[in-house]
Amino acid sequence: MTISHFGAVLLFSLFTSVVFGITQRSEPRMMIRFGAFCFALFVGGTIVASWVMWLIKH
Amino acid sequence: MTTNVQTRAQAAGKPTTTAPVIVLLAGWLIPGLGHLLLKKWIRASLIFVSILSMFFIGLALKGKVYSPNTAELLDMLNFVGGLGTGLLYILARVFDLGQSSVQIAIADYGTKFIVVAGLLNIISAIDAHSLATGRKAS
Repeated sequence: MTISHFGAVLLFSLFTSVVFGITQRSEPRMMIRFGAFCFALFVGGTIVASWVMWLIKH
Repeated sequence: MTTNVQTRAQAAGKPTTTAPVIVLLAGWLIPGLGHLLLKKWIRASLIFVSILSMFFIGLALKGKVYSPNTAELLDMLNFVGGLGTGLLYILARVFDLGQSSVQIAIADYGTKFIVVAGLLNIISAIDAHSLATGRKAS
């Protein structure tokens, strides 16, 4: 199996966010909100870190 | 402490028929089983799909399954993480799934998927235990 770096980020973020949402909040509505928040932070954080590394290199 | 937890569970009006320790062990052995025993089948199925997917994606990416007999501290921590997947880890060891060493760059991702799947399963099992004791409301 081959996977792109970004594909790996999306899959990792999705599954991790689902579990975080379920385990860290009590109400279903808050679970969805927290899961979406974690997903955005995972993906956004990775993109920001990638650009920072690119800037350091150049 | 235990008395307080039991009192809170009774006050919440949700006495559990399954012993919290059984829920904890079941949740560790099979991802989501702890929540299933508490009749929270949507959460159970989401946890089951998420953790199994991460574990098998990790294997498909040729990730390493750590063994217990290593001397490196990071290897030992990775072993503990992998062991968190419960029955999946045991099956992986029995059927010799996964790699014994990381040989390609993408396999490092696979290894992280496997280890994180184990850590997430531990969190899920503890969450189910908290629900069973009444420490977590719902």
